[in-house]
Amino acid sequence: MHTKSLSELSAALHSGEITSVELTQHYIDRIKTHNDTINAFITLTEESAIEQARAADIQLQNKTAGKLTGIPLAHKDIFCTEGIRTSCASKMLDNFIAPYNATVVEKLNQAGMVTLGKTNMDEFAMGSSNETSFYGPVKNPWGTDRVPGGSSGGSAAAIAARLAPIATGTDTGGSIRQPASLCNLTGLKPTYGRISRYGMIAFASSLDQAGPMAHSAEDAALLLNVMAGFDERDSTSLEREVPDYSTTLNDSLEGLRIGLPKEFFSEGLDPKVAEVVNAAIKIYESLGATVKEITLPNSDLAVPTYYVVAPAECSSNLSRMDGVRFGHRCEDPKDLNDLYERSRGEGFGEEVKRRIMIGTYALSAGYYDAYYLKAQKCRRLISDDFKQAFNDVDVIMGPTTPTTAFKLGDKTDDPVAMYLADIYTISTNLAGLPGMSIPAGFVDGLPVGLQLIGNYFEESRLLNIAHRYQQVTDWHQQTPENFK
Amino acid sequence: MSLDKTDVENIAYLARLAIDENDIPEYAQDLNNIFNLVALLSDADTNNISPMAHPFDAKQRLRADVVSETNQREKFQAIAPKTDGGIYLVPQVIE
Repeated sequence: MHTKSLSELSAALHSGEITSVELTQHYIDRIKTHNDTINAFITLTEESAIEQARAADIQLQNKTAGKLTGIPLAHKDIFCTEGIRTSCASKMLDNFIAPYNATVVEKLNQAGMVTLGKTNMDEFAMGSSNETSFYGPVKNPWGTDRVPGGSSGGSAAAIAARLAPIATGTDTGGSIRQPASLCNLTGLKPTYGRISRYGMIAFASSLDQAGPMAHSAEDAALLLNVMAGFDERDSTSLEREVPDYSTTLNDSLEGLRIGLPKEFFSEGLDPKVAEVVNAAIKIYESLGATVKEITLPNSDLAVPTYYVVAPAECSSNLSRMDGVRFGHRCEDPKDLNDLYERSRGEGFGEEVKRRIMIGTYALSAGYYDAYYLKAQKCRRLISDDFKQAFNDVDVIMGPTTPTTAFKLGDKTDDPVAMYLADIYTISTNLAGLPGMSIPAGFVDGLPVGLQLIGNYFEESRLLNIAHRYQQVTDWHQQTPENFK
Repeated sequence: MSLDKTDVENIAYLARLAIDENDIPEYAQDLNNIFNLVALLSDADTNNISPMAHPFDAKQRLRADVVSETNQREKFQAIAPKTDGGIYLVPQVIE
């Protein structure tokens, strides 16, 4: 049951072959068996899941069910879920029961989907290995001594280990695509503004974007159909029609122009990863695409630009965690400053504190022009590189990550080394473009992701490009040995 | 640029973060490493480049000035650390 696609599950539910309660119970049982090994879930919502499944079964019997009714999913613990703890993997919000639903959660509930639980992540989505979580690291199902990537590492590991058929994630600098790459999944970060950020706990508001994490492009398209769309409650949500992402999956790739940025294939890329990526591109050529080398000359600026913009925005966003209205409060504060300082000092982990401090400094009097303003100008340079590139090509391809999954603990002592794990994904967020990672093969038993970057609002095209590849390959259908 | 102990203490104060005295050298080192990475930006020629705050340079959307949210004080205060009669409590600020 747990190796079926969303479409197959939907057909089985609609035909009465299985009930949503049976399907949900099956996944809950799998979570109970395997979660101790990989730590993918922070909260399991068994009771409400069965309740939602019962409601779905009634709709299925009444023939009022939609395509996704009764299908279980997991939410990254960054999305507010009414009445359910929403911790953002932080001690600060360990006691936070969200009083409302994120728009994404609301929409997926409305579609009849069943929430299995809330997945582990890097604290406040700050990390690339899922090791900054207050609830402990997530293990990669493809090698439990390795990281699953981050920050949506719990969602990635849950899907890879077949503990959930699909999940939500968020991506600020690579947090959907990088774990998708390391866990052999299909992950999509849509265009900035495509999916509502309402109720998604903010890290860096000008970069954050939610998206689906799935086995296949076909599954991701089904979830994106529900997730995408304008929301008046998000001031940066874009008023633009949502196409049916499922209808264009089979479009031909004849004449597709692929651009390969030479900066993504230079020093730092593991040659074995490069080999897998190049083999995937060969397959695209056999499907009718043409390939040309392009340049994104300001690629070097992406990581440094990001580490000004993102921390600056995070230092501002996280100022709401003050021990007054919700979340952790220190014992016996002696005055208001003590209340703020100790509540925040105790509630936040090391990486979050580091980023708040970088951002605070970059925004402080006398330094604003040198850091934040300069970074925003560099952001324009990075974005303009892509604009230039899309004059000549339809899609940009390259590796999602420079290496396969690294070992737990390998980079925890060196923040800068950790930051470089997102070297190929960060520029997409800075430009606001949609990006994907799809399974492209393995190196020594560990998955390799192929990254696809499209022009603004080209999610349909990206899903189509991914789907055509998945019709002629079976990398995305592989399951790690201990989770079959 | 190099941040020292006093700088780290000042930044932590501005950010309202209590940090352990013993951790300051490590924070200083980490922050300096990160700012060394960021220093690469100073070499970029950004003359005549306008700053980019939003991918589409979108303007803030406005709505009519009418009440759109209902009062849910009790629900929101149910998760607050300390309240009394609808008020959030903090240590006394004014004598």
